[in-house]
Amino acid sequence: MSYLDAASTEPLHPAARAALLTALESGWADPARLYGPARNARMLLDQARARVAGVLGVRPDEISFTTSGTQAVHLAVLGGLRARRRVGRHLVVSAVEHSSVLQAAGQHERDGGKVTTVGVDRSGRVDPAAVAAAIRPDTALVCLQSANHEVGTVQPVAEVAEICRSARIPLFVDAAQSAGRVVVPDGWSMLAASAHKWGGPAGVGIMVIRKNTRWRSPAPDDEREGRRVPGFENVPGAYAAAAALEAYSSELAADGPRLSALVDQIRERVPKLIEDVEVVGDPVHRLPHLVTFSCLYVEGEALLTELDRLGFAVSSGSSCTADTLRPSHVLEAMGVITHGNVRVSLPRGAKASDVDRFLGVLPEAVTRLRRVGFADFRG
Amino acid sequence: MSFRRRNRAQEQTPQPMSAPPQQPALERPYLVIDALGRKCPIPIIMLAERIREVPIGQVVAVLADDVAARTDVPAWCRMKSQGFVAEETLQQGWAFHIRRSY
Repeated sequence: MSYLDAASTEPLHPAARAALLTALESGWADPARLYGPARNARMLLDQARARVAGVLGVRPDEISFTTSGTQAVHLAVLGGLRARRRVGRHLVVSAVEHSSVLQAAGQHERDGGKVTTVGVDRSGRVDPAAVAAAIRPDTALVCLQSANHEVGTVQPVAEVAEICRSARIPLFVDAAQSAGRVVVPDGWSMLAASAHKWGGPAGVGIMVIRKNTRWRSPAPDDEREGRRVPGFENVPGAYAAAAALEAYSSELAADGPRLSALVDQIRERVPKLIEDVEVVGDPVHRLPHLVTFSCLYVEGEALLTELDRLGFAVSSGSSCTADTLRPSHVLEAMGVITHGNVRVSLPRGAKASDVDRFLGVLPEAVTRLRRVGFADFRG
Repeated sequence: MSFRRRNRAQEQTPQPMSAPPQQPALERPYLVIDALGRKCPIPIIMLAERIREVPIGQVVAVLADDVAARTDVPAWCRMKSQGFVAEETLQQGWAFHIRRSY
């Protein structure tokens, strides 16, 4: 099986496995207590915080470990809104944010807040001018992803950060798809990331709140994680997440261009190999490891199942389609075909031969399914 | 819906290329494809298959109630260089009007 779905989750990095085993042995105690094993746990947690801060280029006391990327998003967005309630209750989000951001926005709206959704162009990119136009005197927070999780388009974070800075409005960046792979431009106030996307263990998220950013927990009071995240700390998880982030980001700095060239190859060859296919997302301003294309006249799920049978783990940008029976909100916002969608995302060390074999079997799989689809319709 | 296939009689007498732009009402479709109750990509498959029955310059309407069609029909028109005319809201679903351009 060739695993080409790193955007869903990256396989556990060996550095994370080693760190996890170490920390399970020596970091199990309550880091809030005062005896020896507790001090060990505290030390591992402090180290983890410092190492994550080092890679992200922030101060250790700006980092909180959460139980997932989604929890980090929820706490940052709702806590950022809560802290600025007196300024206003208006929230600006892009139309292509991860569902965790949009769900937090939905809750804010149900609680009486106002939300403005900023659209994207055909490549999935937000226009900074549209963000500027959406800002009002009562805007409490702006949310923008660093890069899109379905199509890989990198968003103009630096430009939007500058707009927010001059309007004195905090910017929350969801960096789940890019952290460890691409450096996030500076100028944001809050950030969220998820360890399993860079080869860390599942169940560890990162929330960063920059100094002099106002934030008030939307959850009941709890003294853990500097009163920012409720619940007993997952010290082994945090320690492993930090080890994975350091290892992964230094490897990607070297291997990123090779992965990006493989993605270029897919982008270039798929439309030549298969008729009626559109490669979506920005061809230049994109994540190094991710490419998405849509094949006309093919049902996405059938194609993913067929590719699984042929030995390829790939995904559809619209990963929730089967459950929700809704097309992907990202593809919808871009105005591109929502069916027949395939997202290929290369994990660390992905081989050129895997990509070659994938491109070798894809055209026939699509042709076969199209034949079935048209035959079904004709009866 | 009641207006499917009502244009068969026009087959011998093609209409002029396009309606005057100031005319607010939609041009009567030459062919109506009923894809109600069908999930995407079936409505798109039906459209691709049957647009050939429509003379160039004439309009075909696709009736569909899968919300994905609202994105997929205009996107298909863009990819295939066909003319997307309008989306019309029906009691159940939508009618998508497309002008065959080649």
